[in-house]
Amino acid sequence: MSSITMRGITKRYADGTEAVSNVDMDIADGEFVILVGPSGCGKSTLLRMIVGLEDISEGEMKIGDEVVNDRAPKDRDLAMVFQNYALYPHLSVRENMAFPLRLAKVPDAEVTSRVEEAAKVLELTENLDRKPANLSGGQRQRVAMGRAIVRDPKAFLFDEPLSNLDANLRVQMRTEIARIQKKYGTTTVYVTHDQTEAMTLADRVAVLRKGVVQQVDSPRNLYNSPANLFVAGFIGSPSMNLVPGRLSGSRLELPFGTMDLPDEVAQRLAGGSGGAQAGERQVIVGIRPEHFEDASLVGDTSHGMTFTNRVDSIEWLGSELYAYLPYTGAEAIAQQLGQLAGDLDMEQSSGDESQLVTRLDAASRVEEGKQAELWLDARRIHLFDPETGEALARPPVV
Amino acid sequence: MTATTLGAEQVGAGGGRNLEAGGPRKPRGNRATEPGRSLGWKLGVVAIVAYAMFPVLWILSLSLKSDATIADGKLIPREITGQNYRDIFTSGEFVRPLINSIGISLITTLIAVVIAAFAAYAIARLDFPGKGLLLSGALAIAMFPPVSIIGPLFDMWRVTGLYDTWPGLILPYLTFALPLAIWTLAAFFREIPFDLEQAAQVDGATPYQAFRKVILPLALPGVFTSAIIVFIFCWNDFLFSISLTSTQNARTVPAATAFFTASSNFVNPTGQIAAAAIVVTVPIIIMVLVFQRRIVAGLTAGAVKG
Ligand SMILES: Nc1ncnc2c1ncn2[C@@H]1O[C@H](COP(=O)(O)OP(=O)(O)OP(=O)(O)O)[C@@H](O)[C@H]1O
Ligand SMILES: [Mg+2]
Repeated sequence: MSSITMRGITKRYADGTEAVSNVDMDIADGEFVILVGPSGCGKSTLLRMIVGLEDISEGEMKIGDEVVNDRAPKDRDLAMVFQNYALYPHLSVRENMAFPLRLAKVPDAEVTSRVEEAAKVLELTENLDRKPANLSGGQRQRVAMGRAIVRDPKAFLFDEPLSNLDANLRVQMRTEIARIQKKYGTTTVYVTHDQTEAMTLADRVAVLRKGVVQQVDSPRNLYNSPANLFVAGFIGSPSMNLVPGRLSGSRLELPFGTMDLPDEVAQRLAGGSGGAQAGERQVIVGIRPEHFEDASLVGDTSHGMTFTNRVDSIEWLGSELYAYLPYTGAEAIAQQLGQLAGDLDMEQSSGDESQLVTRLDAASRVEEGKQAELWLDARRIHLFDPETGEALARPPVV
Repeated sequence: MTATTLGAEQVGAGGGRNLEAGGPRKPRGNRATEPGRSLGWKLGVVAIVAYAMFPVLWILSLSLKSDATIADGKLIPREITGQNYRDIFTSGEFVRPLINSIGISLITTLIAVVIAAFAAYAIARLDFPGKGLLLSGALAIAMFPPVSIIGPLFDMWRVTGLYDTWPGLILPYLTFALPLAIWTLAAFFREIPFDLEQAAQVDGATPYQAFRKVILPLALPGVFTSAIIVFIFCWNDFLFSISLTSTQNARTVPAATAFFTASSNFVNPTGQIAAAAIVVTVPIIIMVLVFQRRIVAGLTAGAVKG
């Protein structure tokens, strides 16, 4: 077990693509860190640089106290689980798991006992003498894990280990991975583009965009206090509403109403970005769907804004209700949002009407095609600079 | 590949298709349950196999006939004798060439497969400048008509002392066998997921260990396939053997049979030539039968979730 330290890690491929740019990260001993980001953002590349399958163009990679930049994968003592499991098809499950031990010239008796113990943990005991071809997807996944845990390596590295499994199995294996990581307490770096996996498994999550780390934080902080538009848009499902706003003093003008920022937000705004905000300014306002509510169901509406809008459609899910509200005026930030949507692989709403996604209490009586009075919690809004995308006044962690 | 057995099957399949086209007009339906068509198909296969096997059977028949009945033109020998076989194994005109054939073919196969395995692996895995050129060059050599280099080779071998020696045959065989082996093996290596090798490296293997313990076992069907191709190529060669040898020192069986002498000067050694032909066909048939299973790929199933 070991910590992993990255300083200025950069990867430039032969064709000039800069897949990973200047990554600084400290992964503590025993920590579970997840790398997320849209496809092609460099997650796998970063992982493969840690394990040594990809050369590091610039920067310093340390495992424990040792710089490993120039070490071959076999000398780094890390275990990796590949997206497609990469089991050796000509070897039985037993020999697959024993493979790293045999290479390390571990005595036979110990190999047997370690493999059998791992098989017990992973519930593979009955399958030890079968070939990978005769196993189910979940079993293959477990064999790949088994091959990693028999060695007691310095760290586990996973590259989208669950993406080949069906939804049910994915949930099951997710729990399994969490259990095993807890049991062995091994430092783990895990790549996924499934944010549920990221939020449920990780101690900390690193969000990558085009090879640049946007934010490394606990899942809770990432959700409640995104550092920029990209993280705000990426984390959360359904994702945060991003609407244009005009800020003058502590008054915030939104397409569907105007409100006074609560004192705390105004103070943070004033303190956070260097004192007085002269005159008017354009901002992008981020509001999570769950921070809207049916006004008739809110007792104290003081720390928020009540507004009336037409409801386009609703989805009643029993425990909650999604209401979709049209509004106009998003052209002001269309360019920024367009770029963001491109980065996030999302489709952007076309036309000049945009849609607000709100999550209301299931008891709400809002109706499709009618006006409804909604309330929005002003304490939970996020403000972003439209030019840089940086968060302006990050709310405290809740 | 393995022209002797697979050829017949392929031709058989083709025959079936022809029958289908010209067969009695019937509504298109489930082929397997149509007795007429399935019977026609079988007849077609039998006809084609008979056509392909007839010369072999004829030679077998010749080899079992005595000198007196050799020219009687009957397929079934009137009396069966093992005399021709006894003759070729005692005369010394056949045993030494047989040893040459086996030795030269095996050595060539071994060298070709080992070198080709490394070369093909590099070609499949690495991107190096001139890779395309190398591959097309190899193909060009394999396509080259051997007869056009025989003359110069003859002169060069006389000068260098390679004439009428084992290396003198092994060298030109390698020239033609290597490209074949490289192409076949590269195709097999490309099938093996690169991840497997990387997994092995992360598991603690050196690149060489990863190659030997993971890649090579998986490429084994390919290794067998190319070994058989190379072996058959050397085993069947007549041109180089007849041109680059002058004595029993290195002459292989196909060439040696042309020099068979009969017990008396007034008869042709037809029976003995036929017996020799049968003897050299047997190893090929055995080899193909033994390795048929291994040649069939599919060993990589289960490596990665497909
Ligand atoms: N060998 C290579 N040569 C050049 N560019 C490459 C190479 N491998 C990857 N890239 C590029 O580097 C970038 C990062 O790739 P990487 O595989 O790390 O993405 P990823 O985040 O793992 O994506 P995914 O979620 O789709 O697996 C991509 O833009 C990709 O096109
Ligand atoms: Mg990837």
